[in-house]
Amino acid sequence: MIEFRHVSKRYPPGINALTDVDFRIADGELAVISGHSGAGKSTLLKLVAAVEQPSGGAVVVNGQNVGALKRAAIPYLRRNLGLVFQDQKLLFDRNIFENVMLPLSIAGFPPREAAKRVRAALDKVGLLDREKALPIALSGGEQQRLAIARAVVGRPNLLLADEPTAHLDPETARDVAQIFRDFHQVGVSVVVATYDPTLFPDARRIVLDHGAVAAS
Amino acid sequence: MMAWLHQHRDALALALRRLAATPVNTLLSLLAIGIALALPAGGQMLVANALQLASSAAPTPQISLFMALDATRAAASEIETRLKNNPGVKAARFVPREDTLARMKAAEGLGEVIEVLPRNPFPDAFVIDPQDDAPAAMEALAKELKKLPRVEHVQLDSAWVRRLDALLKLGRTGVLLLGLLLAVGLVAITFNTIRLQVLTQRAEIEVSRLLGATDGYIRRPFHYFGVLQGLLGGAVAWVIVRLAALWLAAPIGELARLYSLDFTLRPLDRVDSFALLAAAAVLGGLGASLSLQQHLKD
Repeated sequence: MIEFRHVSKRYPPGINALTDVDFRIADGELAVISGHSGAGKSTLLKLVAAVEQPSGGAVVVNGQNVGALKRAAIPYLRRNLGLVFQDQKLLFDRNIFENVMLPLSIAGFPPREAAKRVRAALDKVGLLDREKALPIALSGGEQQRLAIARAVVGRPNLLLADEPTAHLDPETARDVAQIFRDFHQVGVSVVVATYDPTLFPDARRIVLDHGAVAAS
Repeated sequence: MMAWLHQHRDALALALRRLAATPVNTLLSLLAIGIALALPAGGQMLVANALQLASSAAPTPQISLFMALDATRAAASEIETRLKNNPGVKAARFVPREDTLARMKAAEGLGEVIEVLPRNPFPDAFVIDPQDDAPAAMEALAKELKKLPRVEHVQLDSAWVRRLDALLKLGRTGVLLLGLLLAVGLVAITFNTIRLQVLTQRAEIEVSRLLGATDGYIRRPFHYFGVLQGLLGGAVAWVIVRLAALWLAAPIGELARLYSLDFTLRPLDRVDSFALLAAAAVLGGLGASLSLQQHLKD
């Protein structure tokens, strides 16, 4: 569950990225945050992942007030989230298997159990036969699928994606969107920030306009 | 517990991979650390050898006590009793004046001179081994012995002990100073290596943080890297010192023979070798910690 309670976010020197944002996303929901470039979509996701702290109001994720968390508690919050970034943030000096293994190594999973989970995640995104390849050998769509596999390998209850279909051709974008819908079908809460909400016609839409919620 | 062990094993493996990933840089860093540590380690080896040489080449310092020329044998006997009861005296050997005269007569070039003397010019004497052969303790004992009745002169053979002691103190201080300076150098080398590592691994650090890595998880491979680099640098230093000892052994042995000394240059012993490796590892870890404190604030 995600709850924004009258949240504002201001960057120096006084730029308002979000203003009085107030909404709630229930467990198991598929939600799309849309809006023009600079509307505050990425900032909103950063607040959920505690990458940024709100300037006002409260962000509650899985029952925890993110702004009140101590620094040492933030990593444990993030381990329960699956994060997919617009620029994927893959490690290009590690192969596909090692990239997906990273969250499990961080969480201290036993190697055998972790390897099983990695292969299951790669199977779900159709990359199981390429686990030894380096990310540089993948196409843009495949790299995005790899990023999704890394996000879901820890079996989070909340999957956050920031423009996961940016820079992808329409067909690949539809494939990637379908993967998110598949995870939603099995009970994972999915929040996608996207410039193209039509890829998720069955999702709840939260529209941001200049940092404020225009429609929810 | 198992998760913690897995994470340490992974961090160690990652540190080893990073060391192996840039072999030339690693080799140069290890050489720099090795040479820096070889200087104080070599100095320590030389000081230890000098101590061994001093103890084997020179007898235990002694005190010679001379009675007055007209002192009776009874007076000498009383002094002997007092010496035996003195806690500062380890052993005392009485040398009768007749024995000294006989020995001098037998000595080459002195026999004829002594023959013409009207009477025995030598006094009864004692040769004393002190309990404590430290120069200060010996001087205190000599002062005490001078106050004994019928004692004419007390000769303290401590000048050479003092000189040797001063030389060894100087040597030890020099090694310590060199060690401290080069320890700072090792910390600086590790500090800089870790700084570069943090810069090159910035993307991985950022991703790991976003995926839920704690500060400990992120810092751990760098700590292992610093400790391993220090340890391997220490091993290089040990090899350098060992090779130097092998190289110097023959000429030093030759020199010792010319002075009729039974001396062989010994390499670093086990304790010093362990201390060298441990100090190198600790300093490497310290350099890594300082660097991470500076460069991994956020």
